[in-house]
Amino acid sequence: MRDVAIIGVGITKFGELWDLSFRQMIIEAGARALEDADIDGKQIDAMYIGNMSAGQFICQEHIASLIADHAGLAPIPSTRVEGACASGGLALRQAVISVASGVHDYVVAAGIEKMTDVMTEQATGALATAADQEWEVNAGATFPGLYALMARRHMYEFGTTEEQMAMVAVKNHNNACMNPCAQYHTRITVESVLKSPPVVLPLKLLDCSPITDGAACVIVAPAEKARKMDRVPVIVAGTGQASDTISLHSRQSLTGLMATTRAADMAYKMARVGPEDIDVAEVHDCFTIAEIMAIEDLGFCKKGEGGKLTEEGQTEIGGKIPVNTSGGLKGKGHPVGATGIAQVVEIVHQLRGDAGKRQVKGAEIGLTHNVGGTGGTAVVHIFKRGD
Amino acid sequence: MAAPRFWREIPNRYNLIGTRCGNCNKVFFPPRYICPQCRRMGKLEPYKLSRRGKIVTYGVVHVAPEGFEDLVPYVLAIVELEDGPRLTTQVVDCDPNEIKIGDEVEMVFRRIGADREDGVIYYGFKFRKVE
Ligand SMILES: [Zn+2]
Repeated sequence: MRDVAIIGVGITKFGELWDLSFRQMIIEAGARALEDADIDGKQIDAMYIGNMSAGQFICQEHIASLIADHAGLAPIPSTRVEGACASGGLALRQAVISVASGVHDYVVAAGIEKMTDVMTEQATGALATAADQEWEVNAGATFPGLYALMARRHMYEFGTTEEQMAMVAVKNHNNACMNPCAQYHTRITVESVLKSPPVVLPLKLLDCSPITDGAACVIVAPAEKARKMDRVPVIVAGTGQASDTISLHSRQSLTGLMATTRAADMAYKMARVGPEDIDVAEVHDCFTIAEIMAIEDLGFCKKGEGGKLTEEGQTEIGGKIPVNTSGGLKGKGHPVGATGIAQVVEIVHQLRGDAGKRQVKGAEIGLTHNVGGTGGTAVVHIFKRGD
Repeated sequence: MAAPRFWREIPNRYNLIGTRCGNCNKVFFPPRYICPQCRRMGKLEPYKLSRRGKIVTYGVVHVAPEGFEDLVPYVLAIVELEDGPRLTTQVVDCDPNEIKIGDEVEMVFRRIGADREDGVIYYGFKFRKVE
């Protein structure tokens, strides 16, 4: 297996992009990534596209072909990868494996979701198809509902508080204010989170990530080629993926995601690093409780201490382990299929040292963590500066 | 949901029929069709579960999915049945403020939803507190 690097990144503005179509968004992200990599589109050998549900959001399937076509890159192989909200992370993993194996040299890993062309209720319904339709959704569960079940159990077992969860949202909104492509540039307070309308208690509106349009793209290439280029190469040092029961009720533990732990173990081993070596992390904070569980499952603190780590400010920029410097899903926005790639875009900027006001000083090793559904899928990647 | 899709699981939904592995005796609900432990050695057969259990965790739904809007606020919970398996369900006939983790509950047979206003009505299990 060859070493693999990220040589270019591109992202659209995240938000309600009513004036941009699905195809315009992906072309914009892709063109930026190619420009950033300083290579020509004709050099691309293959594409992997993360997308949860263009079928439900814009009534369009077969999007891998559509994208290759509109990128002017047909007849290269183009494949859509689906794992609910983890689709982007899975697309990257497929791209990495295809370059590492030697099958391809330059590969696009992109993610996209166009969510605001349908009404909010339809979008929520579409997202709920990532849960078990027969035995969860049919009982009246929604995604906020299932995460609320985890939140309540986490509060019960470890004394995690609603204030600590609110602090995740406050931090991520603060970070988003420094990210030009983020959906929200508004600061919020613990009090405003606690007073926001109930969704599924204990989760309130401001505990939840928004519905977002967005696309992101990275270019994957052999590390030896990346090292010959002008800029700091970012090496994909580790990749891990795991699956778990699709239904939350079938799991032993409701206070952590086994898929995250497994995927992280795999990625840490491959990268020959541990949680203490990570300088900056983008984790899957679809709900505030999800970030608290993620920082525990990834090993940044002991199980049950995620709320405390957040309260101590250790996950802020300048803390022991800055988490979601981009604003995360909460502040930057969560176009589900694009999220896993957008996380990589942020980590690449952090490791290159060009993340602007939200730069983590001296960041050399970064991690991305992308979850599908309530944890039926998890993908973890570890990146290192290659210079 | 299409009628046949609901109909084919009526025994499970009306009477809490799960499956049990004849090799290791583990009970599954919702039903599984292969025992993850015993694999090919397993022998799954229908098994009627106890209707009683305990609340493992719960949430109070204020923003409901389509078809459940009239019920808000309602309690969504994971219940662990006496036989071991856990399921996702609503806890009804209660003040949502008086639910606690560990509360004992029993199954009740209730209307779950309908295909439009004049369509087929779906029935199944919900739970209520045991006094
Ligand atoms: Zn068995």
